[in-house]
Amino acid sequence: MSQKENSFLWEVVQASGEKLQACYQCQKCSSGCPVAYAMDLLPNQILRHIQYKHRERVLSSKTIWICASCYTCSVRCPNNIDIAKIMDTLRHLAIRSGFPPGEKDIPLFHSVFLNTIKSKGRIHELSLILQLKFKTRDFLKDAALGWKMFRRGKIKLLPSTLRGGREVREIFRAFEKGERR
Amino acid sequence: MKEVSYYPGCSLHGTAREYDESVRGVSNLLGIELHELEDWTCCGASSAHCLDEELSLALPARNLAIAEKSDRELLVPCVACYNRFKTVEKEVREHPGRLPTPYRGRVSIRYALDFFCEEPILQEVKKKRFKPLCGLKVVCYYGCLTVRPPKLTEIQEYENPEHMDRLMECLGAEPIPWSYKTDCCGASLVMTRTDIVKKLSGRLLSMAKEAEADCLVTGCPMCQPNLDTRQEELEKETGETYNLPIFYFPELMGLALGHEDVLKWLGRHITDPVKGLQAKGLI
Repeated sequence: MSQKENSFLWEVVQASGEKLQACYQCQKCSSGCPVAYAMDLLPNQILRHIQYKHRERVLSSKTIWICASCYTCSVRCPNNIDIAKIMDTLRHLAIRSGFPPGEKDIPLFHSVFLNTIKSKGRIHELSLILQLKFKTRDFLKDAALGWKMFRRGKIKLLPSTLRGGREVREIFRAFEKGERR
Repeated sequence: MKEVSYYPGCSLHGTAREYDESVRGVSNLLGIELHELEDWTCCGASSAHCLDEELSLALPARNLAIAEKSDRELLVPCVACYNRFKTVEKEVREHPGRLPTPYRGRVSIRYALDFFCEEPILQEVKKKRFKPLCGLKVVCYYGCLTVRPPKLTEIQEYENPEHMDRLMECLGAEPIPWSYKTDCCGASLVMTRTDIVKKLSGRLLSMAKEAEADCLVTGCPMCQPNLDTRQEELEKETGETYNLPIFYFPELMGLALGHEDVLKWLGRHITDPVKGLQAKGLI
């Protein structure tokens, strides 16, 4: 493997299909980003760190999890770099990297979300919330709001049972066994 | 009678129940028959694409393959589902053979707002309008995925969309211009970084008030609860008064078309929309 192919930059370019070498740091992505204030690295800084091949700095950042996938950056980039898509790629690489994530609860939420789909075929919001609460040990958060929503018929108590659930479990199983990758 | 396939998605069977009920109610009044996809499953929504790209394609593709068994268009009211379906459509076009599920990319995937804003439907709405929403000042809130990214949504005016504004005009309401039509509310971060969602949603509420809107209208089952459910909490923290009803667009269509279940739909909101409508003589 050549030095180029071995680099973090190459890895992100390959996995995302985005030419992020074209970024010339105009910072338009960061100035339009609604959640930039909560990030530890601004979107333009993330791109720069990737160009410098700072793998751990990028993959253990808060930024990649804070990004809300709103695509404001992607539509405004003068070089047509789909930055929101790169954030997805970075999240995938971060999960596989073994670096501790910069934000603890967000990746946890996503994995609980996928577990709910795997076990039920659809998202059953109450199961999702209860599982998340058990993992974060934060039982009181939004309890009063949950009660209000329940009284207005917005909380479904039992999940639906469907035939498609088995097919969905098969999709997950194929991915877990690596058949699809 | 027009017939379309219908994929409600998980939220519409739970927290966004009134969105589902009002889409069904309005479709019925407009002579559109909805066929819910048999045995549909979750599209992976805002989480699958964060963790695994292949899985984020396989989950929606299963549903599209079911939809492909008929020639009908597929109506999708949730923008997260819509975004995932359109991503699969693009993938099938660009990399055929990549998906595990046999889907040939032949389904016409229609986001509910785009569908109801088409000219023939607007004409029908005007014709069947029972009670124009006179004097109701609305800000149209499109959010993110209804318009972005345009390579998926095919929306030309993604920085300043106007189709929902036109729909509101047809209902007799008064859409007012504001600068926050496509700003993000924080979406699924609500479960984990509620502070971010409160900050972003709080700003949207303040700006809607500054524009002197009576209410805000949306077509997203994540934006609606983010804006509707935390107003009291925000008022305590910021000292501002919001009390701003947050409608799903088909709820206002149902009101103007005289649907009998409107009060049932509105009874599910956390911020009461009924008093304001009564004051304007619309209920």
